[in-house]
Formats: sequence, C-alpha cells, structure tokens
Amino acid sequence: MSEITNILVVGIGGQGVMTATEILAEAAIALGHDVKKTEVAGMAQRGGVVSSHLRFGPKVLSPQIAPGEADILLGFEPAEGMRWAHMLRPNSMALMNTGRLTPPVVELGLFEYPEDPVQQMKEAGTRVYAFDASAIAMELGDIRLGNTVMLGAIADQLPFPAETLEKCVLKRFARKSEAVIEQNRKAFAAGRAAAAAALKGEAVPA
Amino acid sequence: MAAVMPAPAQSRLLMSGNEAVARAVWESGVKVAAAYPGTPATEMLEVISTYPDLYSEWSVNEKTSLEVAFGAAMAGSRAFCAMKHVGLNVASDALMTLTLTGVAGGLVLAVADDVGLSSSQNEQDSRFWGRFAHVPILEPADSQEAYEYTKLAYELSERFQTIVILRLTTRICHVKALVTVGERVPHVAAGFKKEAARWVMVPGAAARRIPLMFEREGKLREEAEVTSINVVESGEGGKTDRRVGFITSGPAYMHVRESFPNAPVLKLGLSFPAPFEKIRAFAATVEHCVVAEEVEPLLETELKAQGIKVIGKEILPRQGELAPHVLKPAIARLLGEEVPKVAKTLPPLPVFPRPPTMCVACPHLGVYYTLSQLRNVTISGDIGCYTLGFGHPWNALDACISMGASMGMALGLDKGRGAAEKDKKIVAVIGDSTFLHMGMQGLLDIVYNRGNVTILLLDNRAVGMTGGQDNPGNGRDIHGEEAPRVDFAKLVKALGVKEERVHEVNPYELPTLLKRLREETKIEEPSVIITNEPCVLITDYHKLKPFTVIDDKCTGCGNCLDTGCPAIHVTKRDSVVKPSGKTVDLAWVRIESSVCTGCGLCVQPCAPDAIVHADTVAKVSVMQRH
Ligand SMILES: Cc1ncc(C[n+]2csc(CCOP(=O)(O)OP(=O)(O)O)c2C)c(N)n1
Ligand code: SF4
Ligand code: SF4
Repeated sequence: MSEITNILVVGIGGQGVMTATEILAEAAIALGHDVKKTEVAGMAQRGGVVSSHLRFGPKVLSPQIAPGEADILLGFEPAEGMRWAHMLRPNSMALMNTGRLTPPVVELGLFEYPEDPVQQMKEAGTRVYAFDASAIAMELGDIRLGNTVMLGAIADQLPFPAETLEKCVLKRFARKSEAVIEQNRKAFAAGRAAAAAALKGEAVPA
Repeated sequence: MAAVMPAPAQSRLLMSGNEAVARAVWESGVKVAAAYPGTPATEMLEVISTYPDLYSEWSVNEKTSLEVAFGAAMAGSRAFCAMKHVGLNVASDALMTLTLTGVAGGLVLAVADDVGLSSSQNEQDSRFWGRFAHVPILEPADSQEAYEYTKLAYELSERFQTIVILRLTTRICHVKALVTVGERVPHVAAGFKKEAARWVMVPGAAARRIPLMFEREGKLREEAEVTSINVVESGEGGKTDRRVGFITSGPAYMHVRESFPNAPVLKLGLSFPAPFEKIRAFAATVEHCVVAEEVEPLLETELKAQGIKVIGKEILPRQGELAPHVLKPAIARLLGEEVPKVAKTLPPLPVFPRPPTMCVACPHLGVYYTLSQLRNVTISGDIGCYTLGFGHPWNALDACISMGASMGMALGLDKGRGAAEKDKKIVAVIGDSTFLHMGMQGLLDIVYNRGNVTILLLDNRAVGMTGGQDNPGNGRDIHGEEAPRVDFAKLVKALGVKEERVHEVNPYELPTLLKRLREETKIEEPSVIITNEPCVLITDYHKLKPFTVIDDKCTGCGNCLDTGCPAIHVTKRDSVVKPSGKTVDLAWVRIESSVCTGCGLCVQPCAPDAIVHADTVAKVSVMQRH
C-alpha cells in the first residue's frame, strides 16, 4: 500500500454503510491519520446504491478514490460488491457479505440477479473472501448487527490493530445497555472469525 | 433536534462541509438562520438548529428563507441562509434587488451545487449569480475551509456591506474531514435604521444605488488581488514543473493537487470578482495555464476577454466533477504525452440497476397503484418521493421539471390539448411540502382560469425526499416543537376549489381512492383529492402487525407486486398458456415479514386471500402441532 490507504465500502441504503465507514474513519483518526470520507445522501437512501470512499494517511487531498486505486473493498451485498469491483487495484482484496438483497426491478423480472457474484469477481481478478454476514447477524439476534460483523471482518486487514477499530465500534454504543454492547462485541468477533476462516479457505458455519 | 452542548474550541472534529459551515455560523454570532431543505444543503440548517443562542427556521421556500435572513441583516444582526442550487432560482428575485440595498449585519448565503447530479433535476453553476448580482463568491475546497470561509464571509459581508455567497458542491457538503473549531464570538445587533433611500427600492432610489454596487464590485476585485485566500502555490518539495499551471477553486483544487503535485497552482478562495492582475502574473510563469473550474467556463471566459492566455473547456468537460481520473488524461493529451491508462483497471462487471425505491408501506404506493389502473390520463408530476412513480411497476407520472410545476403544467396540458386528446383526463400529483413551497399559486391559476384538472395532494406530513423534515403542514417547527398547522382542505377551498370537489381519502383504501379518482376526473372542473397518511419515516407513523403469504394459497397472479412495496419478493416464476392462447407470466411471492409494517395495501389486490397476518399463521401451525 502507498502512503494513503483507500477503502471502499459499498452496499445499499439502510444497511449501515455510512456508519461503518465513519467508524473506520474514527479509528484512523485515533491513530493520528488525516482522513477524508465521502457521504451519500438524498435519493440513495431509499434502497438505492450506496458507496462510501475512505482515504487516510499523512495528508489526504482528493476525497475520491480513482478507479483502479482502492486497496480494499468491503461489500455489504454481493451484487453491490460486483458493481464496484473495478474500483480495486488488480489482485486486491474484497471482503464480501453473501447475504443478497434483491431490488424491485429484479423482483418484477426486468433484470436478472447475477448467478454467482463472488465467482465473477474472482474471474475478473479480485481476491474475494466471502461469508454470510447477514446470517451471522440474524444468528446473534438482529440483522442490524450486520455492519459490526463487516467491521470485524475488515479488522485484521488494516494498517492498524483490530483492537483500535473494536474500541471505536463499541464507543458508538457506549450509551446503550450492556446487552447491546455485548451483542456488538460478539458480532465484531464473529466477523473477524468469519473473515479469517474465509481467508483460510474454510467453509464458514453460518 | 434538541440543542446540544457544542464541542469546545480547539477540538479537532470529523465534520462534513455542512456541519463545518453550521459550526462557523454559530461561532460567528449569527442570530437568524433560515432555509428550505434540499440535497445536498439540508444538513446545514438541521445542524444549526441544534446549537444554542440563535434562531433557526424551516422556511416555506427558498425565497422566504432569503427574505427572512435579509430582514435580520437589515436589523443589523448577522444572518444565514442555505439552499440547494435550484433554490436560488426561486430566491433570485430577492437576491437581485437586495444586492442594491446591501446589508447592515453580515449576511451569508450558502448555495450547494449538485456537481455530478447525485440527487437533483439539473446541474446549474451557482457562480453565475455572483456575476449576475455583482456579489462576491467564496469557494471552499474542504470542510476546514468551509468552516474558515464562512467566518471570513461574515467579515467581508460587513466590510463591503453586501451579501456573500458561499458556493459549496456535493463534494464539500457531503465529505467528512477533520476540522479544528474555535470559540463563539457573540455579535450585537445594531438595530434597524430607517432610511428609505437605502431600504425602499423604488426606481429613483435603485438608480442611485446601482453605481454603488459597481463601486463595491471594484473594491472587492482589489480585495481579491490581496486576500490571503487567493494564493499561488509552487510544486511540492520545491520541485516545480512549469509546463502546466492551474487556476482553480473549490473541490477541483484538491483534485488538481492530488493529480499534479509538482504543478504551480493559483488557488482562488474568493473566486469572484477574480483578481485579473494576480492571474495575469501567474499565467506568465507557466507554459500552459489551465483553468480547472466546476462546471461552466465562467472564469475562463472572463480571463480570455482580459487577453490572458488560458486553456479550459477545450480540454476539460463542462459537466460533472474534475476528478483526478478526468484531469490526468486531459493534461497528458495537452502535453502530447501518452495518455496514462487508468491504473490497469479491472473490467466493470454488468449488474442490474438499483434505483432508489419508495419505502416499504409508503403512503404514496396506493396512489400510484391506483393511477396505474387509470386509462386515458396524462399525469403531471412534481418533485418529491412521489416522483419515483414514473418508474416500475407503476409508470404513472409523465412529466416533472421543478417544484410546484405540476400545477401550471397540468393547466397547460389541459388548455393546449392535441386534436385527438379531447377526452384525455389531466391529473396533477403534488406533495404537501411542494404544494406549500410553490404549488399553491399554480392551483390558484387552475381555479381562476377554469382549468379541468384533478389534483392529488399527497399530504404525508413531511418533507420525505430530503429525510422527513417538519413543515407547516405537520404542525411542528424545526425543533420538533408544536407550531400552527395548515389545514389543506380549508386552504384549497379558500383558493376557490368548490366544497364538493375537495375530498380527503386514506391512500391505503384502494377502492375509495379509485372511485374518487374516476368520479373527479369525469367532472370538468378543478378538484382536489387529499391523502392523509404519514410518511413512514416520521414519528406519526405507527406500525401494525406484519403480513405473510400462505404458499399453498398463492396462485402466482403477481397482483400484489403492482403495489411496488419493496417488502414483497418473488420466490418462483413461470408462464402458462391460457385456453385463449395467450401466455400469462406468473410470479409466486413471499413477504419479508421483518420489514412489513402491516399497512394492508397488498392484501387488497390479492384474489385468493393468500396474504394474512403473520401471527395467525404461526398460531395455525402451533395448533396443528397439538
Ligand atoms: C427549488 C427546490 N428546492 C428544494 C428541492 C429539494 N426537494 C426535492 S423534493 C422536495 C420536497 C418533497 O416534499 P413533499 O412535496 O412533501 O413530498 P414527499 O417527498 O414528502 O413525498 C425538496 C425539498 C428542489 N428539488 N427544488
Ligand atoms: S420517505 Fe416517506 S414519502 Fe418518501 S418513500 Fe419513504 S415513506 Fe414514502
Ligand atoms: S402489508 Fe403488504 S404492502 Fe404493506 S408493508 Fe406489508 S408487504 Fe408491504
């Protein structure tokens, strides 16, 4: 990686993509980096495509990651990972949730959902590590834990310790009940484990 | 939003450009802040409303917001107004004359251009207004500058006694970066000083103020020559490559710096009036002088008229952002170098589009379901969540240009009917906030000129599109506190719509809605059908018990899919050939009960009664086990 780390977080409106990116940004700031992070608002909120660019390093100028320059892609939805895969440097890593969300245009039969997004991304030249973060979140009792699972998954791929990120995640819930904090702790750990297993090429128990 | 304790001075915070502007407004001692929501500007006022010690409001439209802020500035207070780019079209009438009066207290207008068109109906360049109204334009390049320039704008505004436009773009408003904040300095209002020659713009008085406006512009141009925010930067680490130099402003500056670290750059923070002499001197130090401005060639044209040799839109696009992957190849071509392949990128993979949808159980769904059942109708649309009705599965909105236009367009469609359209029904669809913003006047025009239009006024008690803000239609102010509430039925009657032509309907009651629409479109005079259920995003909305689909009963008719509720998913598709020889597509469905709010809409078109409350199914299965 060069001086600047470029992380691309993608998904659809309502999945917590923005919050997750913001937490990543907070972790980078805690370690003394300069940071820029793009937001999406307006139309994209309602079930539309959401992507957030996070750039950090000694000094960040342009807030945008240029096509072909993302170091890691964190995909909250498989087809969305596919949509943005070309933003990655060839041979870079994509960490992907396999939990699908089909849009109305697919439900109505106007478009097809790609058969195997992960496989297609691999064939195009991306190292993809996939796991079912949605199922893990449901298992832990709340689909909304999905973004904590995803943050756990990226935690060991950053140029700083996973614990820094975990602290920033839990800080978000500081005012919530101990049970919520514990749930997020578990979700973070489960995400880490899922990514580690995927990296080892093991099947992940959902 | 409730007031919160602002972060202490010297804190370094991760802030969007909008948040940074809001903080600076508070620190500047602003007394009055007004806006009408609009992406990407909305958060400025939302955040300001959480700060203590200042008055903030959602205004009815951008023109009123600017007038409110101007009034405060006449009274000697510092005032602030924010809007999206198209808002200034609405507010421009006020702007074009308040530039003559000038201001007493500082007045800053933040205008957010949607460069790249992420959520707007056009991509106009607000820097034109600086030229048109002869007022200064400041262009921050990131959050820290958004913060600093806002404070500077108040100084300039008071020193030159003029409104100052802070020109933002989506990349400033919606990018978060680190900002070091400061202390609040209270500002004391001088009070309104009666002075007819200054504040009453009758022709004689206005004529006397025009020369003063030009004089001010001249002084501001001198200021632009000396201000520290118009600065020449040499290449990084002393390595300056003088083959290409850039004159740039706003977010384009960051892209230029990122792409060409060794190039000399003249960064314009105060970009209008432009410092011609500084620019002339800079241009003489480089081989090619490129103007990188988003989006129109405004500065470029002025510089060329000054005889300064610059290159601009000959090599750069006139639309969208000047991101590094746009700049780099353009400059390579200019220098006759090999155009760098964008970092050996991977091929884009084909994926279905994922346009924004209406929410699960949105009160607009029933309206569009019903409209899609009507034949021989032209639907004049407006701006809001309901604009999405043009798309699948409804295809029930035929035109949309600007806020409130559904009314006038409908009247025009009525009066300008084509020869074969004698029996065509004209329906106009408009949201509550849009109606109050600019639609009322259009309805009055329909009534006054005896138009034959059926109006659907979708009162969801919120500005849904921009995130569910409060408005005069829902009886809550910007702080969520109780405020006087408009009575839409009384309002439209007062505008002259006949008592018996005004109906309130529940948009989830499909048969009533269809009946009303059929009746009213038959009657050849203006009628208004008001829907009365809230947007699901706001606290007024209450969830009911969720539904589910009984698999065995679902016949695959797919009728429920025509509501467009995103909680309904297809599980299986097939097609059958009917005895008549016609092929019919079938789609079996399930409902995602975890997101279904039990609105009951999809239950109504389901012929075999396959959609039932989820808990009744659970009970049945429990009983079966016993
Ligand atoms: C002049 C102007 N100002 C602001 C906007 C941003 N904007 C788009 S739609 C809308 C209002 C939508 O509210 P409403 O009409 O109540 O419809 P809803 O979205 O709630 O269905 C606003 C403020 C705009 N497009 N044009
Ligand atoms: S935000 Fe409100 S009005 Fe807009 S689609 Fe959702 S429910 Fe409908
Ligand atoms: S009842 Fe039907 S239309 Fe209403 S929210 Fe549930 S699935 Fe959607």
